[in-house]
Amino acid sequence: METPLIAISHLSKAYRRGDQVIPVLTDITFDIAAGEFLALIGPSGSGKSTLLNCLAGIDNVDSGSIVVAGTDIATMTESELATWRSRHVGFIFQFYNLIPVLSALENVELPLLLTTLSAGQRREHALAALSAVGLSDRTDHKPSQLSGGQQQRVAIARAIVTDPDIIVADEPTGDLDRQSAADIMALLGRLNGELGKTIVMVTHDQRAAEAAHLVRELNKGELRAAP
Amino acid sequence: MLLLRLILKNAFRHRLRSVLTIVGITVALLAFGLLRTVLDAWHAGVEASSANRLVTRNAVSLTQPLPYAYKGRIRQVTGVDIVAAGSWFGGVYLDEKNFFANFAIEADDFFRLYPELLVSPEEQKAFISDRKGAVIGRKLADRFHWRTGDTVTLRGTIYPGQWPMTIRAIYNGARPDTDETVLYLHWSYLDETMKKRAPDRAGQAGFFMVGIHDATRAAEISKDIDAPFVNSQAETLTETERAFQLGFVSMSEAILLAITAVSYVVILIILAVAANTMAMSARERLGEFAVLKTLGFRGPTLAGMLLAESLILSLTGAAVAMALLPPLANGFATGLAQYFPIFIVSRQTVAIGFGFGVMVGVLAAVIPAQRIAAVRIADAFRRIG
Ligand SMILES: Nc1ncnc2c1ncn2[C@@H]1O[C@H](COP(=O)(O)OP(=O)(O)OP(=O)(O)O)[C@@H](O)[C@H]1O
Ligand SMILES: [Mg+2]
Repeated sequence: METPLIAISHLSKAYRRGDQVIPVLTDITFDIAAGEFLALIGPSGSGKSTLLNCLAGIDNVDSGSIVVAGTDIATMTESELATWRSRHVGFIFQFYNLIPVLSALENVELPLLLTTLSAGQRREHALAALSAVGLSDRTDHKPSQLSGGQQQRVAIARAIVTDPDIIVADEPTGDLDRQSAADIMALLGRLNGELGKTIVMVTHDQRAAEAAHLVRELNKGELRAAP
Repeated sequence: MLLLRLILKNAFRHRLRSVLTIVGITVALLAFGLLRTVLDAWHAGVEASSANRLVTRNAVSLTQPLPYAYKGRIRQVTGVDIVAAGSWFGGVYLDEKNFFANFAIEADDFFRLYPELLVSPEEQKAFISDRKGAVIGRKLADRFHWRTGDTVTLRGTIYPGQWPMTIRAIYNGARPDTDETVLYLHWSYLDETMKKRAPDRAGQAGFFMVGIHDATRAAEISKDIDAPFVNSQAETLTETERAFQLGFVSMSEAILLAITAVSYVVILIILAVAANTMAMSARERLGEFAVLKTLGFRGPTLAGMLLAESLILSLTGAAVAMALLPPLANGFATGLAQYFPIFIVSRQTVAIGFGFGVMVGVLAAVIPAQRIAAVRIADAFRRIG
């Protein structure tokens, strides 16, 4: 079998409040193949966001390993993780999380500040990413001048502009109407199908989960294959 | 460039709040600058004093005179070049509120003793040869529109009676801190008149100005001057002009201390205001900082961004304040001329003003910047989510 892009093994995480220990993730082991489009579902509070954050390198684990393309990110320092994220992961959030004072184009350009690209190249890349999400005509708009669906498309452009291997999305359609949600899912499907991005998405939305190739369900911190 | 734009836009994101913070910093630094200028004005006499002049006065107190006869003894001390008797005249022009300093001085060596008073040779001669002549400062002349040849009558307070005199010379200060508001009349005019009006008060000098050419020997010469008068009727106290002037300043030490304290309290208050602005700003944008961290920006970079925002606000405030300070001080100077002949914003004050601008900017941002640098992404998202 081909080596998976992401190999998670015996991952556990708990929160301590006083002497009370609240387990959030319990001994989770699974692989994600390169080019996969995975949906994580499960009831509220089951640990979906926590798991996603761990494998995207923005939350730490108590024990276990997360090996991505041969390196265990669970043992990386904060600073190593920052570099790793900027090169390998694109993030999409439920509430878009664009910087309100910057235009769409500037928001997309932001992650490129951490690369060695020239200003001209950065602009070119950002314009290309915006055009890929169908927003070439909205480059100078502020987030407040865009609809929710358009803002999420700008966020997707920002997530792909550095050409990362992995895209993580936490409820990317959670704040959108049905049509906009469908557009976003179609876009993610294209990123996966045409550009071969590995996508890990947390969702509550049945329709959204259907767009994925594979669905896994978390329940009380334990993982099982979806029914 | 993009990062710079982001910093600028964030600094003025809440326009009203940013403007109010800047205005606060401006007002505080203006107040600080004015208070410091007042302190400088108080010390102006000290700064303007010459290292080549000593003052010999009655050891008991400034108000006690010395016998004029001491002059000869002082003149004999090695190292002494010039001795001139002088008295605080305390004359009033028409009304008490027209106050200005006026001294009776021995004129012969006066202009040699005070090289910082610039007077043309013709006017010097005119003054010295007119026993009822007077020499006045440029600012005093401007204040009362006096010109050479004008007759001015002062009403004596310490020396009773009317004292008519003719303005024979107008001096300009050689240095910006030279006091141009003083009137000098002839000590001989004072003494000869007193001989007629109140003979027991004649032959007395308020002080002797002593010119020396070797300033490094000031302490020694002072001792030599005072030595012969120890245990006499009127013991003398000789000190440098600077120490003499400092003696005046130290009389108001408590006030000066209070002013100094207030000027620093003002800075502390504005620091609290600026720190509050930065803390609010950082807290509101915690989510945005978490997003930037997620994208790969490091804690120190984000802390630097907040620091830059803070400095933009504080330095804008400082720049406006330091631009407004000199004209404002000028306005005060005209109003306060009779109390503070020298009221000039020093370069040091401007430098310290900017220094405090930087300090306020940095200190206001320190704590929120640290918080932003240290916050964990997952925690930040949970707090806002
Ligand atoms: N800092 C924390 N301290 C204590 N408990 C925490 C903390 N963060 C998360 N938890 C708990 O961890 C559990 C999992 O949270 P998580 O956000 O991963 O759930 P989720 O599956 O994403 O839920 P939702 O669908 O509502 O977003 C929850 O029970 C939550 O209360
Ligand atoms: Mg969640």
